[in-house]
Amino acid sequence: MKLAARNLGWKAGRRTIVDDVSLEIMPGEFLGIVGPNGSGKTSLLSMIAGLRRPVTGSVLLEGRDIARLPRRDVARKVAFVEQQAETGERLNVRQAVELGRTPHLSALSPWSAEDEAIIDRALDDVDMRAFADRPWQTLSGGERQRIHIARALAQEPRLLILDEPTNHLDIEHQVGILDLVRSRNLTVVAALHDLNHAALFCDRVAVLHEGRLAALGRPPEILTDHLLADIFRVDARVEIEADGSCFIRYARPSTTARRFTIREPA
Amino acid sequence: MLRVVAGGVTALAVLFVALASGAAIGETAIPLATVVKTVANRLWDAGHDLDPIDAGIVWNYRIARALVAAACGASLAVCGVVLQSLLRNALADPYILGISAGASSGAVAVAILGFGGGFFSLSAGAFAGALVAFGLVALLALRSGRGPVAIILAGIAGSQLFNALTSFVVTKSATADQARGIMFWLLGNLSGVRWPDVFLALPVALGGLAICWLYARSLDAFAFGPQSAASLGVPVRRVYATMIAVTALMTATMVSIVGSIGFVGLVVPHAARLIVGVRHGVLLPAAALAGAAFMIGADILSRTVIPGQVLPIGVMTALVGAPAFALILIRRPVTR
Ligand SMILES: Nc1ncnc2c1ncn2[C@@H]1O[C@H](COP(=O)(O)OP(=O)(O)OP(=O)(O)O)[C@@H](O)[C@H]1O
Ligand SMILES: [Mg+2]
Repeated sequence: MKLAARNLGWKAGRRTIVDDVSLEIMPGEFLGIVGPNGSGKTSLLSMIAGLRRPVTGSVLLEGRDIARLPRRDVARKVAFVEQQAETGERLNVRQAVELGRTPHLSALSPWSAEDEAIIDRALDDVDMRAFADRPWQTLSGGERQRIHIARALAQEPRLLILDEPTNHLDIEHQVGILDLVRSRNLTVVAALHDLNHAALFCDRVAVLHEGRLAALGRPPEILTDHLLADIFRVDARVEIEADGSCFIRYARPSTTARRFTIREPA
Repeated sequence: MLRVVAGGVTALAVLFVALASGAAIGETAIPLATVVKTVANRLWDAGHDLDPIDAGIVWNYRIARALVAAACGASLAVCGVVLQSLLRNALADPYILGISAGASSGAVAVAILGFGGGFFSLSAGAFAGALVAFGLVALLALRSGRGPVAIILAGIAGSQLFNALTSFVVTKSATADQARGIMFWLLGNLSGVRWPDVFLALPVALGGLAICWLYARSLDAFAFGPQSAASLGVPVRRVYATMIAVTALMTATMVSIVGSIGFVGLVVPHAARLIVGVRHGVLLPAAALAGAAFMIGADILSRTVIPGQVLPIGVMTALVGAPAFALILIRRPVTR
């Protein structure tokens, strides 16, 4: 599944949110998108998923402009997990995952045993089979996030786009989910906040800064002390392990450099 | 498969019982046997020997009335389900897009101001008013962001405007009798209903239900919002446009025949959800059936509660429906 973003730009009113971003997503790779809050990660991902129309440039899915493809055809190949998605409906966990089959079913096609098996597998993958009959409203934040991911897996996409998939997850499931999507025969694009996760799981990372692509490449090449200070404004040491992967150790900000001053009580 | 067949058979049975009761019960009670024979005579010339007055009451008044009530209840309930799901708002009802307000202005314009010089009927005026109001609301919604909230706010603005217009005309120009007549019409009124109304209401109700049902999976996909629906392959704009246009036409048709009957389109969808769940493939037919049966029941009560007087059916729907809904709410386990 090859996807290319060509000179993507997006504006909110006059403000430029995403500015001339071009990148190609290689079949089978795990591409991480990192950047500070408001740097344009969500905006970029929704354009790549074909959900938001770029103001400039275009997104090519297997060489064809995604804006001209029928939504259903796109959804059979690309699944998108939003940063936040809530419902007021009284559906249960299983029904929430079943929605993932929507692009594969027409109005009249019946629900099949195969669909049933796909739902079971998706629930198993995120370790939520035991929750199948629970009402959605009773789930914790992390459980909801895992169900959103199960729904995306039930969609059987070839490209999985995740916006901060580890939000709300405990450490076991953070690592578990990233490992799961990596081990599948899937192309993955994920916005991540944890740079160590990016270093550990991504084949390549793209760094966004104020809407522009600041760097793109293999984690040890990109995530440098320099970049962390410039873009993320943290003091950190990047250590390269024996196997060539990298690890980031953050230092406590020195008092003089503190950007958020804490007011003394009067 | 077995469950589908069983459900369908139950649904038909409920509908027939409701229709038969609608035909049998009234100021003069008519035995069920006479009802059945009348229908047989009419549909396949069975040649039963019947009192022509009874047969006339059953066929010309009561059956026509029960069928229109059923079509109307089903339509309002289906529109309520669709709009609540699409706009993701539990308070959405078929009138949220300004249709009943516009219909009342249209009816008032014909009945009191004499628009159309007697050439238009009250119903035609109501239908035209409903479409004008809906058109304005739709335009406003398109210019103000297109999201669910924009649509609801545009609907509120439109409803307020047309309700104010109606009140203005009624207070300024209507005689006391006219004002009372309009009031009665606004609360819903099935007494003038005859067979031509059936031939309008029934196809609109069935056709509307069928179109909405074809969109059942798309409506399911709106559970987590329009963005999530889009990523599940739903052409969001087309679904919005189609569903809103279909529900507007269904509602406008029903309102122009019987006035704006409240409660059914708001509460029957919730009751149906509590009973059969949130999947629209089942929910839509279930809501249609519940709405139809409920409306026939409310009509029977409105004709019989006070002997010699017909209450507006809108009063009955809320008077009976509210306690019934309270019971369903209480019985439902809060969280499993
Ligand atoms: N519809 C919109 N209208 C106005 N501004 C917007 C809109 N959508 C996004 N923005 C702005 O664009 C910027 C980028 O937003 P975006 O959600 O893409 O950031 P992000 O990198 O995903 O941030 P986070 O890490 O907090 O999720 C933000 O400053 C945001 O306020
Ligand atoms: Mg974001």
